[in-house]
Amino acid sequence: MSDLLWIFVGALVVNNFTLSYFLGLCPFFGVSGQLKTAFRLGLATTFVMLITAIATWALNTFVLERFPYLRLLAFIVVIASAVQFVEMAIKKLSPALFAALGIFLPLITTNCAILGLALFQTSRGYGLAEGVVFALGGGGGLTLALALMASLREDAKLSSVPQLVRGTAFSLLLAGILSMAFMGFAGLLSA
Amino acid sequence: MNAAPQQDQASRAYAEFVKGVWRENPVFVQVLGMCPSLAVTNSAINALAMGVATTAVLACSSLLISLLGRFVPSQVRISTYVIVIATFVTVVDFTLQALAPGVHKELGAFLALIVVNCLILGRQEAFASKNPAGLAVLDALGMGLGFTLALSCLGAGRELLGNGSLFGLSLFGPHYEPWVVMVLPPGGFLMLGVLLLGFAWFKERRAK
Repeated sequence: MSDLLWIFVGALVVNNFTLSYFLGLCPFFGVSGQLKTAFRLGLATTFVMLITAIATWALNTFVLERFPYLRLLAFIVVIASAVQFVEMAIKKLSPALFAALGIFLPLITTNCAILGLALFQTSRGYGLAEGVVFALGGGGGLTLALALMASLREDAKLSSVPQLVRGTAFSLLLAGILSMAFMGFAGLLSA
Repeated sequence: MNAAPQQDQASRAYAEFVKGVWRENPVFVQVLGMCPSLAVTNSAINALAMGVATTAVLACSSLLISLLGRFVPSQVRISTYVIVIATFVTVVDFTLQALAPGVHKELGAFLALIVVNCLILGRQEAFASKNPAGLAVLDALGMGLGFTLALSCLGAGRELLGNGSLFGLSLFGPHYEPWVVMVLPPGGFLMLGVLLLGFAWFKERRAK
């Protein structure tokens, strides 16, 4: 039980997917202009991660034992189908949310956090329960980083930033400071 | 009679090659493929290996996609690109594992993550699928070179400040107090931010 808890905490803050593994940076810089959209995108990504974790476990257990060289191909196909499925489900269940997410939904396919999740899960030999917990922690961490970044940028709009620094360079420096703050959690795991 | 079009062709090929290195540099100008550029650049040698691996995948995929271009229905083109790229990444992954196991271990999952590097998919969609094979390969090599150069810049800068060394060779002597933060994750964000700032500053000065 405590193992599962540590996997969750580890993925959530200590080894945060975005701020210490540099996974999923495209939405992190692209969609972090507004807190509301950022938060929703984080939730959708977490959901896809959850499906991917379960599918990865199934693939690893039943198929990839025999065909290890098909690993990448299999993962990528599964992720693309999962995203397609989530897209159809959201469209059917909540057209309003579908409209709000727009183009960012299909773009989840090329989010490296999701393929990264599948690869880490494989290389660390996580089972089903560990995989699911890892996905929840990782997705939660991703959502947290997105929401923090979006809040910072919303605030920064009101401050006077020199023209030269505006844009990506400014976001990168913000992310650097945010990441430094998250380094503080490193002590949690070694304790 | 033929000289003029031939010259045109040569200069076009040259332009397609060179644009990726500076004017449309994938990292500094287009800000694409950031995940690998930040994750593996804590030392110069890792950065260089990542750049070369990405260039190899990019060139092979561009060649194949540009040859296949006409036969792929547009509805399934993205899936086709992704499957082609994933195949070449698997090839590069196994090759590197055999040739340089140490570097392969250092790069770890990030080597496999070349599949979702948006730079590669972007070049297939924007260039390779619409251009003849020769130009597509030149474009891929140029973009790959630009990517490798940018990664090496980042890696060298971070290793130099964070470790006082370059390609594993100690440069500053034993009295240098390393800025450990530069080889840790925050250093990646800060270094790229500062490099982008430098780039913007340089451009602004030239525009004046």
